[in-house]
Amino acid sequence: MTADIQYTGLSGINGPLIALDGVKGAAFDEIAEIEIEDANGNRQKRTGRIVEMSGERVILQVFEGTSGLSLTNTRTLFTGKSLQIPLGTELLGRVMNGSGKPADGLGDIFPEKYGDINGRAMNPVARKYPRNYIHTGISSIDCLMTLIRGQKLPIFSGSGLSHNKLAAQIVKQAQLTGEGGGDFGIVFAAMGVQNDVAEYFRRSFEETGAAGRVVMFLNLSSDPIIERILTPRCALTAAEYLAFEKNMHILVIMTDVTSYAEALREFSSSKGEIPGRKGYPGYLYSDLASLYERAGVIEGSTGSVTQIPILTMPNDDITHPIPDLSAYITEGQMVFDRGLDSTGIYPGLSVLMSLSRLMKDGIGKGYTRDDHPDVANQLFAAYARTQDARSLASVIGEDELTAADKAFMKFGVQFEKNFVNQGENESRSIETTIELAWDLLSILPKNELDRMNDALVNEHYDAKRAERFFA
Amino acid sequence: MNDVIFSINGPVVKVKESKTFSMLEMVLVGDKKLIGEVIDVDDAYTVIQVYEETSGMRPGEPVVGTGAPMFATLGPGIISNIYDGIERPLTAMRDISGAFVTEGSALPALDLKRRFDVTVKVTLGDILAAGQVYATCPETPLITHKCLAPPDLERATVSYAAPNGKYCVDDVIVKVKTPAGERSFTLAQKWAIRKPRPVKSREPLTRPLVTGQRIIDTMVPVAKGGTAAIPGGFGTGKTMNQHQIAKWCDADIIVYIGCGERGNEMTQVLEEFTELIDPKSGRPLTDRTVLIANTSNMPVAAREASIYTGITLAEYYRDMGYHIAIMADSTSRWAEALREISGRLEEMPAEEGFPAYLPSRLAEFYERAGYVTTLSGEEGSVTIIGAVSPQGSDFSEPVTQNTKRFVRCFWALDKALAYARHYPAINWITSYTEYSDQLADYYNSRVSDEFLPLRQRMVNLLAEENNLMEIVKLIGADVLPDDQKLTLEAAKLARVGFLQQNAFHKDDTYVPIDKQLYMMKAIITLYDCCLSALSKGVPLSVLTASGWFEKLTKMKYDIPNGDLSGLKDYIANITKEIGSVRS
Repeated sequence: MTADIQYTGLSGINGPLIALDGVKGAAFDEIAEIEIEDANGNRQKRTGRIVEMSGERVILQVFEGTSGLSLTNTRTLFTGKSLQIPLGTELLGRVMNGSGKPADGLGDIFPEKYGDINGRAMNPVARKYPRNYIHTGISSIDCLMTLIRGQKLPIFSGSGLSHNKLAAQIVKQAQLTGEGGGDFGIVFAAMGVQNDVAEYFRRSFEETGAAGRVVMFLNLSSDPIIERILTPRCALTAAEYLAFEKNMHILVIMTDVTSYAEALREFSSSKGEIPGRKGYPGYLYSDLASLYERAGVIEGSTGSVTQIPILTMPNDDITHPIPDLSAYITEGQMVFDRGLDSTGIYPGLSVLMSLSRLMKDGIGKGYTRDDHPDVANQLFAAYARTQDARSLASVIGEDELTAADKAFMKFGVQFEKNFVNQGENESRSIETTIELAWDLLSILPKNELDRMNDALVNEHYDAKRAERFFA
Repeated sequence: MNDVIFSINGPVVKVKESKTFSMLEMVLVGDKKLIGEVIDVDDAYTVIQVYEETSGMRPGEPVVGTGAPMFATLGPGIISNIYDGIERPLTAMRDISGAFVTEGSALPALDLKRRFDVTVKVTLGDILAAGQVYATCPETPLITHKCLAPPDLERATVSYAAPNGKYCVDDVIVKVKTPAGERSFTLAQKWAIRKPRPVKSREPLTRPLVTGQRIIDTMVPVAKGGTAAIPGGFGTGKTMNQHQIAKWCDADIIVYIGCGERGNEMTQVLEEFTELIDPKSGRPLTDRTVLIANTSNMPVAAREASIYTGITLAEYYRDMGYHIAIMADSTSRWAEALREISGRLEEMPAEEGFPAYLPSRLAEFYERAGYVTTLSGEEGSVTIIGAVSPQGSDFSEPVTQNTKRFVRCFWALDKALAYARHYPAINWITSYTEYSDQLADYYNSRVSDEFLPLRQRMVNLLAEENNLMEIVKLIGADVLPDDQKLTLEAAKLARVGFLQQNAFHKDDTYVPIDKQLYMMKAIITLYDCCLSALSKGVPLSVLTASGWFEKLTKMKYDIPNGDLSGLKDYIANITKEIGSVRS
C-alpha cells in the first residue's frame, strides 16, 4: 500500500503548492503528511492535499504554507484518505483551528465518526422546503426580510459597519418557533478575521450563556490562506453532522466571505489558472455554491442548517463579484447602508435592497400574523415611494412637493427612526413589530395604501395611531 | 491496449496515447465507472470531462468507451420525474443512497419495472416509416405517450407486432424487416443529446404562448415555438417569473431545467407542482412537468449537459404532437460551466474568460426551438424561455449580449422595480418582442379586434409618462398642466392596476386574456373620458376625487376571473359618471 511509502524531497515549490515526481498509487484529493527537518534538526509536520495529478507527477497544496520547505528537507507520506475531521457532540463548546484541529488546549476530540469536509450535494428530492421562521426580535428582519429555518441569508456589509454587532444580536435573540424548536446550536467559522473580532464573538457567546452550544473554527487573518479555504468546509461538516445526525437546529455564522474569496484567488493564481472577473477564478460561483448550498432541511431528520454568512463588500460595491455571485446563490440578503448607519440608526439595514426569498412561505397565517404579508408589502412600497419623494425634494425643495409626497417624507423619517432603529438589547415580539408598522402606515393618507384590500385597511388603519410619533 | 487514466484535474481527465475513442463519445471512467464524455482527441491525449465528483480517483484506473455519444433515454415514465443533468432519476437515487448524492450510481433513466397499458397501432405487414407511431400508452392522466419509429428508419415492413396489453419499457413491441436485417423496437429509444431531432418542416409562428401574466401576454408576448430571454440581476424575480409561466402557460408539457441554481428552488417546484391543480385539466401540475435539476453544488460538467438533456426530452414529446415550453434557469450558469471546463483545458479565452465558442453554443441551443410539422405529419412546438443572470446586473456582459442576438423576445428585469416591489419587475420600456406582427392575426380573430389598438394606447401612455418623468424629476409634478398630470395619473393606474400582478393572490396569479382585454379597456376608457372632461374645463382634482382611479387600481382583486360582467359595468359607469361631470 502507498500508505507505507515515504517520498523524500520535492521537485518544485510555488507559493502554497509543491510538486512531487514518481508518486505511485495516490488518489485525487488525497491528503498527505509532510515532515520537515530544518537545519537544526527540528522536525515539524504539515498537511497537504492533492489538487492535480498527471502520470506520476503530483501537485499538492500545503495548508500551513511552504515557508521553510526546500527541495531536499521533506519526507511526504500519502494517507490514502481525503480530508476528514473528527465529529461528535463533544464538539459543542470547543474551539478548533481553521483545519479542524483542537486549538483550545483541551486535547483531542473523541470522535463518534469522521466526516469528509467536502460533503456531498443534497439530493433536491430529499430536501424539505424550509418554512418555519426564526424569530430574531429585530423588527426590520422579522417583518421585512424574515429569516427561515434552513435558509442561507447573508449580511452584506462594508468595513466599519455594525454587521458583527447585528450577527451577535441575532444569535442572542434567535428563537425558533414551531415544533422541535428546542435543540439549538451555533457553528462559528472565522475566515481571515482579526483576532479581536473573533474575541468579540467569543465574549458575546459567553455573555449570553450560549458558549456551551457553540463550535468555533478560527482561521485568523494572519493564518495561512490554504487553511482558510478549508475552514468553512470544516465548519459546515460539523454543522451537517449536528443537524442531520443529532437533530439539532444549527445556525452557522461565517465571517468574512470576502477574505475567503481572496484566499481562493491567491491560490488560483499560484496554480496558474485562467482568471475570470477581477482576477477571481472562473469557478468562484461553483465554489461559493459548494458552501452556501450546504444549508437546508432534509427528510429523515428534524434538524436544520441555517447560514448567516457575513461579507464586506469591497468599496461598498454590491456589483463586485463576491456579493454579486453570493446573492445569486443565497436566498436573499441583508444589506447594510452606510448612509443610514452614519445617521446613528442601528441596525442600518437598507430595507429596499434587502430581501428574503423564503419569507413568502414562512409568514402570515399559521406562522406569524395573518396580515404580515400585506403589511410587509405595503411598507416596502411606501418606503420606495419615500425614496422617490426624497430625490424629488432634493431638486425642487420639500415645500414644492404634493401633499401626498410630503406625507411619505414624514413616514420615511419615522419609519427609519422607530422601526428600523432598535436597541442592541431590545427584542421585539412579532406582534409589537406589526402593530408598530400599522402605527407608521397610519401616517399616510388612507387611499395611498394600495397594496392591500379595503377590509384590512379599515380594520387597522386609524389616523390617530400616528399621533404618538409627533407628540 | 488498455486505456488508463493519465492525469486528473478536477472534472477533466486525460488518457495518454490512445486511439480508441471518438469525439463526444460517452465513456466510463475509473473503477467507479463514472460517466464522462470525450471532448478533445489528439495523438498525445484524449481529454474527457467527467460528470461526477472525481475525488479519490487514481491515475492508472481504466477508461472504457461505450461506442456511442452521450444519449438520453426516451420513453414512457419521463413525465412527473425529476432527473439530474445526465438523466439519472433523483427519486430512485434517494431511495438507494439517501439524502446526499453519491457518484457512480448507474441507474436507468426509466423505471424498468413499471408496466404500461400499451395499445399497438400497427399490424403485421404494415409499412412503418421514420417518426410514425407504432404504439401508445397513457403516461399520466394528461399525457398519452406515443412510441415513434426512430428517425433513421427507412420505410420497413412490420414483421412482428405484440398484442395490446401491459408491457415494461424494455419489452419488444414491434419488429420490422429492413434491408440491413431485422430491427426490434421497445417502448423506449435512445437519442444523442447534442443532436437536434429531425422534423418534416418548420412552420411560421402564429400562436402566442398564453401565460396569464398581463405584462407578457399584452405587452411582450412570445409565440409558441419562439424564444425568450429573462435577464435580471439577483432578486429581480427571474425564477419567480419562470415558475409563474411554468404553472400557468397553455403548453401541454413543461420541461423545467434548474441549471446551477438553488436546491431549495427545485424542492419548491416539486412540492408546489404536486399540490397545485391546473384549472384547465383539473390535474396536478406534475402530471405535465418534467424536472431536470443540477443544483449549483452538483458537478459542473453535468450542468453543461443538463441543457441538452432537457431540450432532447422536449423535442421527443414535440415529435408526438405536443406543445412544450422549456424553462432554462439559468443559461448563465450553463455558460459558466462552459467557461470552467474551457479554463481547465487551457483554451484561449475570449471576452471575460468565456470561450470563443460561447455564441455558437447559445445559437445552437436556441435554434432547437420551433413550431414544426413532425415526421408523422402532426403539429408540435418547443418554446424556450431562458433566464440569464448577468454579473453585477450589467446587461453588456457576454452572455446577455450574445443571448440577445439569438432570442426574439426580451423580458428585461429591472432592479429599481424589484426594489420597489413592483412585480413582475419586467421593464416595459426596455423589453421587446419581435413576434407582435406575426401574432396580430391571432389577437384580432381569437381575442378581439380592440386588443391591439388598446395595447398600442397603453404603450403610448407609458412611453409618454417616461418622457414626462424627466421633467418631473427636475421641476416637480405640480407645475405640469392638467392634461399632462392626467397622463401621469393614468400611467400610474396602468402600472399599478394592470402591469403589476400578484403571484400570491388566488385570482391575480393567472388572468385569462379576456379579462386582460377588459382591464385595459377600463383604463383607457377612464383616461379618454377624463381627457374630454378636461377639455370642457373640469379641473383634474374633481376627476381624481371621483374614486374611479382607486377603484380600477383594485379591479384585479375585486373582479373575479370567471365573471367579467363587473368590468363591463365599470366601463359603462365610467362613461356615464365622468361624462356627466360639469365644471
